[in-house]
Amino acid sequence: MSAWLMQPRTGGLLLLAAVMVAIYLAAPNNFYLDVAIQIGLNAMVVVGLNLLIGYAGQISLGHAGFFGLGAYASAVLPVHLGVPPLAAPFVGMLVVGLLAFLVARPVLRLKGHYLAMATLGLGLLVFMLLTNESQFTGGPDGMAVERLRIFGERISGKDWWYLITCVMLLLSVWLTLNLIDSPTGRALRALHDSQIAAQVAGVDVARFKVIAFVYSAMLASLAGSMSALYSGFVTPDKAGFLHSIELVIMVVLGGMGSTFGGIIGAAVLTSLPQFLTVFAEYEHMILGAILMAVMIFLRRGLLPAILDALRRRRLS
Amino acid sequence: MSHLKVEGLSIDFGGLRAVDKLSFEIAPGTIHSIIGPNGAGKTTLFNLITGIYAPTEGRVLLDGEEVTGLPPHHLARRGMCRTFQNLQIFDRMTAAENVMLGRHLQETTGFFSHLFRLPAVVAENARTRERAVQLLDHVGLAEQADTPAGSLPYGALKRLEIARALAGEPKMLLLDEPAAGCNAVETQEIDALIQSVAEGGVTVVLVEHDMHLVMNISNHILVLDYGKKLAEGTAEQVRRNPDVVAAYLGQQADAEAAHA
Amino acid sequence: METFLQFLFSGLTVGAVYAIVALGFTIIYNASDVINFAQGEFVMLGGMCTVFFSLWGLPLPVAAVAAVIVTSLIGVALNKLAIEPARGANVVTLIIITIGASIFLRGLAQVVFDKQFHRLPSFSGDAPIDVLGATLTPQSLWVMGGAAVIVVVLWYFFTRTTFGKSILATSHNRLAARLVGINVELVLLTSFALSAAIGALAGILVTPITLTSFDAGTMLALKGFAAAILGGMGNPLGAVVGGLLVGIAEAMGAGYLSSEYKDAVAFVIILGVLFVLPSGLFGRRGTERV
Repeated sequence: MSAWLMQPRTGGLLLLAAVMVAIYLAAPNNFYLDVAIQIGLNAMVVVGLNLLIGYAGQISLGHAGFFGLGAYASAVLPVHLGVPPLAAPFVGMLVVGLLAFLVARPVLRLKGHYLAMATLGLGLLVFMLLTNESQFTGGPDGMAVERLRIFGERISGKDWWYLITCVMLLLSVWLTLNLIDSPTGRALRALHDSQIAAQVAGVDVARFKVIAFVYSAMLASLAGSMSALYSGFVTPDKAGFLHSIELVIMVVLGGMGSTFGGIIGAAVLTSLPQFLTVFAEYEHMILGAILMAVMIFLRRGLLPAILDALRRRRLS
Repeated sequence: MSHLKVEGLSIDFGGLRAVDKLSFEIAPGTIHSIIGPNGAGKTTLFNLITGIYAPTEGRVLLDGEEVTGLPPHHLARRGMCRTFQNLQIFDRMTAAENVMLGRHLQETTGFFSHLFRLPAVVAENARTRERAVQLLDHVGLAEQADTPAGSLPYGALKRLEIARALAGEPKMLLLDEPAAGCNAVETQEIDALIQSVAEGGVTVVLVEHDMHLVMNISNHILVLDYGKKLAEGTAEQVRRNPDVVAAYLGQQADAEAAHA
Repeated sequence: METFLQFLFSGLTVGAVYAIVALGFTIIYNASDVINFAQGEFVMLGGMCTVFFSLWGLPLPVAAVAAVIVTSLIGVALNKLAIEPARGANVVTLIIITIGASIFLRGLAQVVFDKQFHRLPSFSGDAPIDVLGATLTPQSLWVMGGAAVIVVVLWYFFTRTTFGKSILATSHNRLAARLVGINVELVLLTSFALSAAIGALAGILVTPITLTSFDAGTMLALKGFAAAILGGMGNPLGAVVGGLLVGIAEAMGAGYLSSEYKDAVAFVIILGVLFVLPSGLFGRRGTERV
């Protein structure tokens, strides 16, 4: 029984759900719920991105591009193509998946810094497209998003969106953990450590990189769509370089190759600026200093460091 | 028909010819050793046969079919597997997971089954794990099944690589210095392991410096020097070949004399 | 023809700045394997420090020299306080440390200076020079000339002086360099100082044309990184060629296509090049050893 609880897929998911309920009950006002929703949406992206970066070892500095495309899918599709708002996120996810699939092979042939550059370039191209095609996207100022309706009911309250975000995050984590503990997950981790040994064992390395890339892109797109529907407004910044970097920082901060670590990374990096605003103009200096300090002293990330500390206490 | 046939195989690295117009054949179910001094091109030859390098010229035929330039994972599907001289271990995975990965091609469930963790995946994971633990037991690593591979000692990693290669149920197994860095007892264990693999009908191709091991178990030996074939034949024929004695064994004798 | 020449001049001017930023990336990468995303901040600091030092009463040349010195010291501090303590961390972790440093320096500039745009007077006036029908400003000449001088001095330093050669040796094999008695710590320190100094110089030269502000570094770092990758990471010639190409692509894109998509042109070219040459134009192409 306790072994069953210690499994990430069971115990971890239960713990995550418990934390979600606790936050809902403890949140003193809607502001905290709003931050929690932002965290949840970022965490969805990070969970997928972690599969790509942490498990498969393939860096991407452009995933905000997919997030942005998803966000604009739920804004643009209903207005310009008459797609119902409820279907738009899924249509967007399919389109983004297809797009990611088309670019994945040539991009993922690249290694290390070259891969970083290529993904960065792709993200920037998406950003420029969203910024400049203003007849569809409203340009740099962004555009309003039609509210989501389910059975004629308008879904706009924080409570509704908190529920939706929690369910979708739990689902993403469950699916991702499933992948990790399967032949697909083993192939991804193997190609991270030794691409050649994986190939020799019969792993079609290119194919598995594509799988991780497309999967993470589609999750990012879905989270982007949800964020647009939730806030009722989209701007190109969502697809920008800084957001891409933030997402990667969340992965590394929480702990590469740790799905729940990524969620912690998302929670810390999303809420930190909210709390740092009290430092007014010193905000950026403090954020930069915290980032450097965490990465220097806890270089494997927050969750692995916490788990190590717990283990040491249990041993002593 | 020969299991593997190499015809006029050559590769250049920026003007340097590492393997030079090499031709040989390997009969099924035999132990075939490739020896030669350091830099003779043995590992390069392995890399050519297993599709890691594309040859500058020449052909490789597996079961009579041309496979020149096919990527390693295609060759794996045709039953070819190998180990590496300077280990290629999945450091962040446990020993058992390393071997489980070796069964990649035996696993049949698809991506969507993995995503939703259908019962078939759970059953398959269990089967793969069971077979992996058996193989670990076979190479004497059952105790370390759940140890991260990165923290295992060198000798254990050598055997882990063999277990991983065997997990794929290869028809041809290429071993690159399996006994390097192993003590006498471990070498003997590897010796027995290789023989039992060959008795199971697997063709074994061996690159090895331990002459004792090579002479003991090989059905056929190919001697390389500067990327060229120096001699070929049974252990006895090779041992008596004056060129080999001059180029290789003599050299080793020198080295041993200098050592003593 | 005149318009082409006009675009070429403006491309070469920004390209020269990108080339220097890319060289900064290259120097640090070769010495430490670190991709320093705070490289753009050095350029910003060069410009901003000069602006404020002269506002505080220093004559422009003195302010410029002081700015280069201050920026170099910041580069050295970055190495000492953030990079050296993280030695051995994985590449992505190191990248994030330098991104943290860049956020920190941006924040610092915002606190110490301000959030406004600033400019410096042109060094030799604004009278345009006519070249085959196209016009060239004296400041553009300063930028291109300054960049050329930096490149020549660096080339001399790295190939003709013993210390410079020992830095190059370290970049090829750190262990071997240590074994033959090269002071690797000193090499790292020099690389960061040098990289910061040339970044600051580029910032000073270009500020009269492009203006500067506390957040001017991000885009420059991106372009410099793109240029270094295009040329082949670690290759100084590649960095210079890459920088000029990115600058020219941008200027031509802005001139002939649309100014909104000027950046897109450069990135599309880079993606195209990488698909054909996965290690850039002049990058090392090695076979994988197993």
